[in-house]
Amino acid sequence: MAIDCLVLGAGQEVGKSCVVVSINGKRIMFDCGMHMGYTDSRRYPDFSLISKTGDFDNALTCVIITHFHLDHIGALPYFTEVCGYRGPIYMTYPTKALAPLMLEDYRKNMDRRGEDGQFTSDHITECMKKVIPVDLKQTVQVDKDLQIRAYYAGHVLGAAMFYAKVGDAAMVYTGDYNMTPDRHLGAAQIDRLQLDLLITESTYATTIRDSRYGREREFLKAVHNCVAAGGKVLIPTFALGRAQELCILLEDYWERMNLKVPIYFSSGLTIQANMYYKMLINWTSQKIKETYATHNAFDFKNVQNFDRSLINAPGPCVLFATPGMISGGFSLEVFMQWAPSEINLITLPGYCVAGTIGHKLMSGKPTKIDLDKDTQVDVRCQIHQLSFSPHTDAKGIMDLVKFLSPKHAILVHGEKPKMATLKERIQSELGIQCYCPANNDTVTIPTTHYVKADALDAFIKSCLNPNFKFSKSSSVDKSYSGSNDSKAIPGLQVSDERVAEGILVVEKGKKAKVIHQDELLHMLGENKHEVQFAYCFPMRTERLEKTRSEDLPSADDLLCGLDKCTLISLLSTKLSNELSDGNIQDLGEQLQVESFCLSICLKDNCPHRISDSVQNDSEVVFCCCSWSVADEMLAWKIISIMNNYTLPLEGRLQVHI
Amino acid sequence: MKFTCLRKGGGFHFPACHMLNVSGFRILLDCPLDLSSLAFFSPVPVAHEAHKSLDTDSVIRKKQKMEKALDANDLVHAEPWYKTVKSLHLWDASFIDVVLISSPMGMLGLPYLTRTKDFSAKIYVTEATARIGQLLMEDLVSMHMEFRQFYGPEDSCFPQWLRWEELEVLQSEMKKIALGKDCEELGAWMPLYSADDVKDCMRKVQTLKYAEEACYNGTLIIKAFSSGLEIGTCNWTINGPKRNIAYITNSIFVSTHAADFDFVGLRGNDLIIYSDFFSLGAAENMENDNTYFDPVASLNFSDDVNNLEEMSASLLKDDESTEEMEKLAFICTCALDSVRGGGSVLIPIDRLGIILGLLEQMSVLLESSSAKVPMYIISSVAEELLAFTNIIPEWLCKQRQEKLFSGEPLFEHAKLIKERNIHVFPAVHSPELLTNWQEPCIIFSPHWSLRLGPVVHLLRHWCSDPNSLLVLESGVDADIALLPFKPMAMKVLQCSFLSGMRLQKVQPLLKTLQPKLVLFPKDLRCKIQILEANTIFLYSENETLRIPSSKNSTEIEIATDLASKFHWKTLKQETITRLEGELFMDYGKHRLLSGSHPADSKQQRPLVHWGSPDSKGLLTELSKIGINGTIKQVRDDTESESAAGVVEIHEPKKAVIHVGETGTVIISADENLASHIVTAIDIVLDGI
Repeated sequence: MAIDCLVLGAGQEVGKSCVVVSINGKRIMFDCGMHMGYTDSRRYPDFSLISKTGDFDNALTCVIITHFHLDHIGALPYFTEVCGYRGPIYMTYPTKALAPLMLEDYRKNMDRRGEDGQFTSDHITECMKKVIPVDLKQTVQVDKDLQIRAYYAGHVLGAAMFYAKVGDAAMVYTGDYNMTPDRHLGAAQIDRLQLDLLITESTYATTIRDSRYGREREFLKAVHNCVAAGGKVLIPTFALGRAQELCILLEDYWERMNLKVPIYFSSGLTIQANMYYKMLINWTSQKIKETYATHNAFDFKNVQNFDRSLINAPGPCVLFATPGMISGGFSLEVFMQWAPSEINLITLPGYCVAGTIGHKLMSGKPTKIDLDKDTQVDVRCQIHQLSFSPHTDAKGIMDLVKFLSPKHAILVHGEKPKMATLKERIQSELGIQCYCPANNDTVTIPTTHYVKADALDAFIKSCLNPNFKFSKSSSVDKSYSGSNDSKAIPGLQVSDERVAEGILVVEKGKKAKVIHQDELLHMLGENKHEVQFAYCFPMRTERLEKTRSEDLPSADDLLCGLDKCTLISLLSTKLSNELSDGNIQDLGEQLQVESFCLSICLKDNCPHRISDSVQNDSEVVFCCCSWSVADEMLAWKIISIMNNYTLPLEGRLQVHI
Repeated sequence: MKFTCLRKGGGFHFPACHMLNVSGFRILLDCPLDLSSLAFFSPVPVAHEAHKSLDTDSVIRKKQKMEKALDANDLVHAEPWYKTVKSLHLWDASFIDVVLISSPMGMLGLPYLTRTKDFSAKIYVTEATARIGQLLMEDLVSMHMEFRQFYGPEDSCFPQWLRWEELEVLQSEMKKIALGKDCEELGAWMPLYSADDVKDCMRKVQTLKYAEEACYNGTLIIKAFSSGLEIGTCNWTINGPKRNIAYITNSIFVSTHAADFDFVGLRGNDLIIYSDFFSLGAAENMENDNTYFDPVASLNFSDDVNNLEEMSASLLKDDESTEEMEKLAFICTCALDSVRGGGSVLIPIDRLGIILGLLEQMSVLLESSSAKVPMYIISSVAEELLAFTNIIPEWLCKQRQEKLFSGEPLFEHAKLIKERNIHVFPAVHSPELLTNWQEPCIIFSPHWSLRLGPVVHLLRHWCSDPNSLLVLESGVDADIALLPFKPMAMKVLQCSFLSGMRLQKVQPLLKTLQPKLVLFPKDLRCKIQILEANTIFLYSENETLRIPSSKNSTEIEIATDLASKFHWKTLKQETITRLEGELFMDYGKHRLLSGSHPADSKQQRPLVHWGSPDSKGLLTELSKIGINGTIKQVRDDTESESAAGVVEIHEPKKAVIHVGETGTVIISADENLASHIVTAIDIVLDGI
């Protein structure tokens, strides 16, 4: 059994996330994104690798979308409406509600750019009709064998990590996630699951971030300084997610500082999006959720719609414009107008896809940007890069991998050299096999598999009754730990070997059965044959000289019933001092340790005596022992303790006299 | 498995309550309150009648009135107590392991349980039920406050009305409420819990989403599936190592607001506990309604509604919801008629779905008929409850979810409140209400028992107005409920709503779910024809059913990597091996995994032997490993082929082996020698 993982996108890069995973005969596509840096066929995943004939319905069991960002969902309408996939598609409620806005916004921008949009508005509507919405933690039975479940991922509203399980094999695909809460979303949350495979994003594979509040202050200061100087602030964002987060931040700051500078949204889209955010407030952070009844945090007071005529209007303003990363559309239009002025400010997100203007602005400090062959823009404005990001940092990734402890991990959605570093860390620090495949590569990993057997009640019951064995850690262990003596743990070992009482029986044509060892012989129709050890050995006794008078009764006479008991109790005290394990029971005339049984033997010709060893000495007391195979080692240990021990009989004698 | 029905269901507001024993865990299914018994008490008296009601010789008066018809003075004028499930008190709360709450109504008695000492059960509730249930309880506590303010703090923990001499002189109908049919329910009365009890209770619940897996103690996997009755209500599945159980409460296949009855999720369970008593209650209502002729009710609608049940027999599943919509439409037209006649409409219905539906339909109707009539919602929790319904798309029916996807509000009321067509006030005496007040108007306000809340004051205000209309749920005993407001000139419309599964759907449902066993209420058995008798266990109140286990084995999963390391031994028919590793119990599954420390170096030696040894054979095996000896004595050599006897070992040291029919004893003073002999015996005998 194995999991095959075909990476169609976001392999050693960021963009067009798409991973096709085959587990136990089921094939799931996680995400179906587009690459914002390309305008040709490279922007979509190479779907022909899934099915050469284009019969995607049979090739895939389902498609799962983690969140509404275009690099995770952008190719979906193309895949369903142009390529013709008609199977089930799963995403969370917010993703289903907000994805059409994202797609529609993108499509319009592409139209403006005069490109072949590849999918139409109708395509988006038709595509979204096929989507089955899921709630967090809801266990969805896709078919008889495949189970999926969404977990909160932070990142953007409705972002989810997805767990998928087929038979005994299980995996998690994280999508993008954030391990720390931000202004409007909580931190990612997942159960401790038994996983064969974890596919995680690694955008910030090597970055460690400190508190976001300092970074937020920096951003607010930059914006405030700019508008105070009469400048215009351009915040290129996507309509959803970052826009709402920054807006909550600005709204709060505006209130506190009593600022009156207008905040604009470039299209009605973002304002419309706020309507969705209000209904989906249960998916935001705890703090925002609690206030829903009195004031919904997504009712923004200072926000207005932007009109194209306002671009060159005098006076300061703050403008949220789509798309983010300035890959075209309205944000590019405004950028061209505002970039040449020094008093203006452009804020860029923490990450820009290669090929976009945002990326060019971030890499170095360019003074001129070539849009195409004919157009060139002078860049004199200030540039502020937002250093808080809805992605987890390296510590968060390591924490998640450690928490889930999967048998294997695959890194996607990151930059190749940084991923390689993270991969090394995961392998060396956590001891988890890790891969970072390139696009169109397949990684195959083995999975756990279980053999099923019927366990009869006797076995289960014997396992339910605790039967712990306690033993002090042996001296060997102590000598090992002697080097770091301060940490030497005074050892009490607890072991429980009830499982070994079970016997697995496999009969041809029948299901394997687990029975208790006591049931075995009955089942086989055989009689038990008991194999036992026995040994009747002499023990030295000692008496003091002064009590050795001629009238002294013989040892045999001494050993009357009462005396036997005192002897046994003497032995039992001795044993409990010397023996580290085993439950010593003093049964009056007998001493019992597990199956080892000792009694004082008065017979002259005990069949358990070996004639050789008998010294006909009256100062010897015979101990007759028997034990079963299981306690062989224990028994010899006891016997050796006894052999080195001399019974102090003198005390008894004095009592007698 | 054991099952005890503590109380059968009594309509929407009083769900059933059961105790279940499975896999050694005790599970309580729901913990409701019987709020219909509030009818026993008089509502907060108006100032001028207060003295009269607290008359000292009221006992004598009551005695004299024994034979007369019930009147307002027969009601108990005291701070009300509340009736819990009587048999629940017979169980030690600290022994309950799990509590499953299926609906907000099934939660109302929970604070009594959570405040008991040593209560430690895990309580599972869906997120939406928890929120709505909490609001209902808070509302109950705040409405009850009015009594406390009126009667003052209680002077003794044992109220006057609960004394035997008081109870004895009660009217028979009143006695029935106080003591129950079998005069056993006196112990069920409790004073109301406090707001702190509610808070504390909410801290102890664990909330779930629909179809979320909750694992109790590694053994039971518990999941909630939508039941369609109300927002957040659910049926449960409980999967243990030996049994898969589905618990079906009142369920509605197609809902107009809440998520539909998810019966697909209940499939694959071998035992079904059917606990939807709706059809029982519906029939009872019909009887009640036949005998019930309220002289003041000029408009009796309930007969019609009950006839609809027969009509619906031929109707398809989804027609239930249209039928419900028609009922709402009918109420709206009646309300419109009333307000046109200058009368106000009072709707003390406490079903969220009905209110939401009425608000939407009523506003459409009022607008289309251009009647400018305000709608007031008066309740301490209404504002929060209404806001809540607009942020929970995941818990609503498909049509409402579509609204989310097209960016519209889930329910219209948010818009209506903004447009000031609906006004929401926390209490009757809110200053905003007084300034806004306008008659005629349409008012939604708790409580359906007509004993608590703003409705009491409004009813007093309008009870003598023949143009006004009161809309009641059927199931409320209108005779007693209206007692304090007599003489009534107001019109009364009593309407029954769907609050469970119709009988004719039970059979198809069970067919779909294909359980091996069904636990079914005895009271409903006679109404259902086709069920196969051998798969049915009938239950009735306070009877414990013991359901025999169907299998005596448990599935165990052995990791393949571990299984491949086992030492197998082949016998005549079967291959056997001793198990190794560690047994885990996780998510209801027994799993054998390789232990943290590999099997220690001690030699693997068979611990159980069988077969019969042969002394000669043993001697040969011994000589192979350099141990020599002689057979000293053979007992019964004439008969026995097994050659029992004594083998004496000379080399390398002295030892004796007693070989018998049923056992072998090795006598040796030397550890090594003894161990070698055992090795030889292992070869001669079978063992593991």
